[in-house]
Amino acid sequence: MCTRTVSTLSRALEAAGIATVSLLSNRKQAEGIGPPRGLYCAFPLGRPLGKPLDPAYQRRVLDAAFALLDAPALQASPSSPSPRPGSAAAPETTEPLIVDFPDVIEDEADQPLACPIPPRLDPNEAPAIAEARALRPAYERGLARTGAPQVGRVVDADGLPEAIRPFVAVVDGAPWNAVEYAGGRIGELLLDIRAYYETAALGLSDHVPAARASESWYHRKTRMGDLLRRYFETVKQADPPFPALFYLIPLSQTEENLF
Amino acid sequence: MSADSDLRARVGAIPPGLDFSPVSRVKPPPLSQATVAIVTTAALAHPGEPWADQTHDYRLFDRDDARLLLAHNSTNFDRSGFALDRNVVYPIDRLAEMEREGAIGRVAPRHASFIGSTFELGTFLLDTGPRLAADLRRDGVDVALLTPV
Repeated sequence: MCTRTVSTLSRALEAAGIATVSLLSNRKQAEGIGPPRGLYCAFPLGRPLGKPLDPAYQRRVLDAAFALLDAPALQASPSSPSPRPGSAAAPETTEPLIVDFPDVIEDEADQPLACPIPPRLDPNEAPAIAEARALRPAYERGLARTGAPQVGRVVDADGLPEAIRPFVAVVDGAPWNAVEYAGGRIGELLLDIRAYYETAALGLSDHVPAARASESWYHRKTRMGDLLRRYFETVKQADPPFPALFYLIPLSQTEENLF
Repeated sequence: MSADSDLRARVGAIPPGLDFSPVSRVKPPPLSQATVAIVTTAALAHPGEPWADQTHDYRLFDRDDARLLLAHNSTNFDRSGFALDRNVVYPIDRLAEMEREGAIGRVAPRHASFIGSTFELGTFLLDTGPRLAADLRRDGVDVALLTPV
């Protein structure tokens, strides 16, 4: 979806006189829209510049992208605004320009990050909630490593363990629409929970994980991941229908056809 | 097949029938003299300000803004990369380095984010895209670097 939007926006900006270079994550989608200048990078989705914490590599990608600005200028379409002074150039062709970056980087969704899971020390608390509380020191270490918190759409780290409770209640028999979700937005709440766990995973590891490795750890190895699978099984045939199955589990972590 | 290769295959090509006007391409000033802005579809946000799904709106962020969440609501991409290093999506520090080196003229004072989850594309072309262009032009932007997630 993002490549569609990027390609479309680049057309709008270029038509208004701003030169564009687009990083593209899906070549077929880009070909269907036709951005003025695009660099297709076969990198993991979510990492359009390829490698986190590798400034030299990111610069290589940027240099390759900005080199596309040297492509011949084209005449604006008849409905477009006039180019601003000094930006006009001779038309040569009407073909979009899509160039492949030479490298390929694969995700590792099938290889969960090797991280310890805290022991269950409170038998009276729901396992996922107790686990989230026990991961707080790891979360803080991860936050010290990453800088800007990625938890905070609808709940912060302090409120996060308790925000898991409605999912426990539904698995225990409550109708999915009879419980109260923090912020009233299930999708955003789940992203906060995932961000909390993935930040904790970064606090429990000492390297740059491959793309989706911490996602895989969260969904396949943690008690919260187990709770989410049971929640999914509970609500997928619910009446009234659950509106957001697509936001519960990534396609990479389920055999269900959610597409 | 990796998860992302599988996802790309499942998404496939744009369905036939879309009809875009011929593409235009303007000539910018030399990069070493150009003002450069980032336009991402990562749904960047401040804490407590989630995005609505399927919106065409955009948000502007100052170049020095460090309180950025990756708030895109799709579950189907890696998030650990951005958590470790925002530059893997939003290369603002790389642009600042290029500015110091003289490789680009200037980093724009403001940068933009959309949420790339929207099926309807016409509004980007006819409304929010041109409005963003006007905002960027007021900031003196010559070149936009667009990044997806």
